[in-house]
Amino acid sequence: MKTWKQAVIAVVATIAGAASAVPALAQQAGTQFVGITGYRVGPYGANGAAFFGGFIDYLSLINERDGGVNGVRLSWEECETEYNVAKGVECYERLKTRSETGPTAIHPMSTGITYALIDKAAADKIPLITLGYGRTDATDGRVFPWVFPVQSNYWDAATAIIKFIGDKEGGAANLKGKKIVLLYHDSAYGKEPHPVLEAEAKKLGFELRMIPVPHPGNEQQSQWLQIRQYQPNWVILWGWGVMNATALQTAQKVGFPRDKMVGNWWAGSEIDTEVAGPAATGYYAASLNLAGKGYPVVKDIEQYVYKKGKGNGNPKLIGTVLWNRGVGAAMITIEAVRKAQEKFGKKVMTGEQVRWGMENLDINAGRLKALGFNTMLPPIKVSCSDHGGSGLVRFQQWTGTEWKAVSDWISGDKQMVRKMIEDSAAKYAAEKGIKPECMGG
Amino acid sequence: MLYRESGQFKTTYAADQQLFPIRQDRYAFFALLAVSFVAIPLLASDYWLTAILIPFLVFALATLGLNILTGYAGQLSLGTAAFMAVGAVAAYNFQLRIPGIPILLSFVLGGLTASLVGALFGLPSLRIKGFYLAVATLAAQFFIPWLLVKISWFSNNSASGVITAQPIEILGYAFDSPMRKYLLVLAIVALMALAAKNMARSSIGRAWMAVRDMDVAAEVIGIRITHTKLVAFAVSSFYCGMAGALYAFAYLGSVEPDGFNLDLSFRILFMVIIGGVGSILGSFLGAAFITLLPILLEVLLTSGAAALNLNLQPGVTSMAQLVVFGGLIIFFLIVEPRGLARLWQILKEKLRLWPFPH
Amino acid sequence: MQFFFEVLIGGLLAGVMYSLVALGFVLIYKASGVFNFAQGAMVFFAALTFVGLQEKTGLPFWVVIALTLAVMVLLGVLIERIVLRPLVNQPQIALFMATIGLAFFIEGLAQLIWGTEVRRLDLGLQDEPIGVLMDRFGILVSKFDLTAALVAGLLVAVLAVFFNKTRIGRALRAVADDHQAALAVGIPLKQIWAIVWSVAGFVALVAGLLWGARNGVQVSLTFVALKALPVLILGGFESILGAIVGGLLIGAGEKLAEIYLPPLASDFLLRHFDVSVNLAGIEGWFAYMLALVFLLIRPEGLFGEKHIDRV
Repeated sequence: MKTWKQAVIAVVATIAGAASAVPALAQQAGTQFVGITGYRVGPYGANGAAFFGGFIDYLSLINERDGGVNGVRLSWEECETEYNVAKGVECYERLKTRSETGPTAIHPMSTGITYALIDKAAADKIPLITLGYGRTDATDGRVFPWVFPVQSNYWDAATAIIKFIGDKEGGAANLKGKKIVLLYHDSAYGKEPHPVLEAEAKKLGFELRMIPVPHPGNEQQSQWLQIRQYQPNWVILWGWGVMNATALQTAQKVGFPRDKMVGNWWAGSEIDTEVAGPAATGYYAASLNLAGKGYPVVKDIEQYVYKKGKGNGNPKLIGTVLWNRGVGAAMITIEAVRKAQEKFGKKVMTGEQVRWGMENLDINAGRLKALGFNTMLPPIKVSCSDHGGSGLVRFQQWTGTEWKAVSDWISGDKQMVRKMIEDSAAKYAAEKGIKPECMGG
Repeated sequence: MLYRESGQFKTTYAADQQLFPIRQDRYAFFALLAVSFVAIPLLASDYWLTAILIPFLVFALATLGLNILTGYAGQLSLGTAAFMAVGAVAAYNFQLRIPGIPILLSFVLGGLTASLVGALFGLPSLRIKGFYLAVATLAAQFFIPWLLVKISWFSNNSASGVITAQPIEILGYAFDSPMRKYLLVLAIVALMALAAKNMARSSIGRAWMAVRDMDVAAEVIGIRITHTKLVAFAVSSFYCGMAGALYAFAYLGSVEPDGFNLDLSFRILFMVIIGGVGSILGSFLGAAFITLLPILLEVLLTSGAAALNLNLQPGVTSMAQLVVFGGLIIFFLIVEPRGLARLWQILKEKLRLWPFPH
Repeated sequence: MQFFFEVLIGGLLAGVMYSLVALGFVLIYKASGVFNFAQGAMVFFAALTFVGLQEKTGLPFWVVIALTLAVMVLLGVLIERIVLRPLVNQPQIALFMATIGLAFFIEGLAQLIWGTEVRRLDLGLQDEPIGVLMDRFGILVSKFDLTAALVAGLLVAVLAVFFNKTRIGRALRAVADDHQAALAVGIPLKQIWAIVWSVAGFVALVAGLLWGARNGVQVSLTFVALKALPVLILGGFESILGAIVGGLLIGAGEKLAEIYLPPLASDFLLRHFDVSVNLAGIEGWFAYMLALVFLLIRPEGLFGEKHIDRV
């Protein structure tokens, strides 16, 4: 035992010594450094692996195919957050110091981490891009100049889902007297759509029942028996991780038709449906982007990145919903840099400049086509008062083997959502003593 | 050679009973205080302060809390994070609902609220112990965050249950920069550690240890078991609650109750085991070790892979971390159940004799 | 009333799934007095190894099962040899904490080997209502859950035969009753412990297959072990029968509570305090609270032996 103890002492001493000399890895000078707070382990690791795999693959593509953004090469570092807020903050602080110009923009990919970073990012002048999650009222860029919930937010999603259900029922008027259940993850994320759905229920006259599923959601018998007894016309699934597949399987168990279930975009990936197997066939989900490999940008990634052995993730993930979403998220970041370069010159952009680029982002259909995205994403136009961009979602249906688009890009009650966002943002501004105004450049 | 106590004579009882009876220890302690209060704020970067030192201090405080309960009083708890959540949310609400209340008072009240809740969940300890008690504290771990999310009053009706901590201001002086926050946390933690050290040497600390070592014997010599155990739960939860408040106010800024999950409780338990069960110093060593290890591992693995020109699969470091954590826990329990603190003690004993060990 | 029975039956069958995990705990506790927190990680490890091997080798189902079983036995023997043997005669609480460390270790190791993707585990068994019961009585009983219950029943029967009728089984019981005496009559303690850990690995494999088929194979499987803890408190740590009955009680209790309690409580609050809260979602903690109350009344559990440490 004695030698053991000496060994322990030696090991501890080495670790202590090494720890005191943790080197700050210097990034290659002259590159646009992108800090990535990712996660690939833990209960949501599989989701993160697909998203961040696509994200990094797109960055690789820009370097390999184009030699960077207007000649400025990209470099990046990924820090593992495990979907844990404290670790997310540590990663953010670490990535912040990695480069003179900051981490370009941060995609926290977690509502919890987003909340923790909102104040810090504003103080550090680093844009936060929260693509389809996070704080909904941050869409008001006059109060939250540094946060960009681009594409759509949860309230857009909820109203779009109601619109989709209305269309399926043959018009919104037919929703009167119908019964809709919201089955949600019992957390900050799951509570986000409540106010807007309640408002919709009041406006359109349907009966709304909200049933929470405790974390992690791998046992949903009682929730689904309640649903069976209540006999709703539709079930909206607001889940994440294991909860989604379990919901689909339990729906089959109680005999609830899957083609009367609509998920949001975090409940609509292959990870959820493939695990559920045949139980998922017919299930709808709102999506921020289409799945599939048939886009030029995906082909380019396969050719320039994976063929050269520089692919980041598992090649099986290419073309899946979340992987494509990661590619889209990276594209938005890079386009913001490109936009900023138009104004500030073709060099490495700082957080402030990227913020300006984000706020003046205008990716129209022509630009999407030029970038090789075609119809994978809707056009996105950001402005100071609307950091959201489009509010458009598209519905896909799981055929048993793949996700197939079954609607156009549609939006729900944009006016109502806008008003609620402004009210909520104004309340926040009053609490924090912020004077809402456009930041400009 | 240098670390030797010969020639130091104690002439009064007070001198004999002081915290650091050996002169060199005393000097080392003051030097440590000087370093942490003066040198570190001058030298450390913002990254070190916000991402490593502040969380280290906060976790050290929580570890102290759990160590009081588990190490000194012998009651295992898996609900540490829940008591931290109570402290954080309570401090937030005191600050929010009582206009003009000093923030330090809010912290203390938050801690006191946590200690009330802790004592309540400590009640089963009057009948059961060991891992039965661990399961009972699991009830707290699952129930409390649920309640905090469910009753939206606690988060001031925020749509998502997230609380955003108010800025820290004491006597008109704003603690907003990383360095100021660090100093504030350091001051609080240092004071509370001192209090803990003294408590452990006082009658209540001795009562805890008596109960831990053999409850029947403790009862026979006249220690009130009920009282002693409940006080242990209350004091421990007070420390955890304060740690929770600092975690929310000085470290993260905004927290969701779900963030105080079982994983956090386990992390703190690991800090206790690796640092040293029943040791104040151990709480700090354990917290430092567990806070630094993941960062170190990641840096080592990444640079190691780069040096060997390996394409490291992303996420490997995190998995390796789980393996290393788990392995270390087992290793320490087998080889040195009293943790890093005991190793430190061995080192000191060696030093006392060095260079003539015989 | 029909709805009540549906919830009850569904809960009982879900409870069987908890029992499957709890069985693994009981086996090890009986034989070595170790409360093995890593059982959940072992369930995860077994399921992941099974799916991983199936993916990699493409061998037939039963061959993969046999291979996985071999891996689990190896794991069990290694755990006994490396972790538990050096900790013999340490306080129970130290052993408990060691198994927490073990749980982290196994969880990390499994994912290092097989990756973090969520995988589907197909046993060729659809989770559908049973037609006859549905049409005749309108009561919903899941085919999958019923099969799982039958498997659990079979498993208990096999274990009972193993414990009562075989030489090794009798030796196991002797060890469980009194280590010293068992050693004195020449029972090789270390081998017996290795066997127990292997059997626990086997039980973990069965639980892993069923849970994996139900939820997909992913880290969340380790959470299942946490639900087994209140099951054990209710049933008693030493009793196989207790694990089954405890599982049934917890399963049925939490489902009934989730459906009937929150509306009652919300209604009460609204009527007497004029506060409107949706209290649904108590399933996350109900089992633990039930266990907590139970601990205060009958700490040894329903079927446990009355020698636990009481204050």
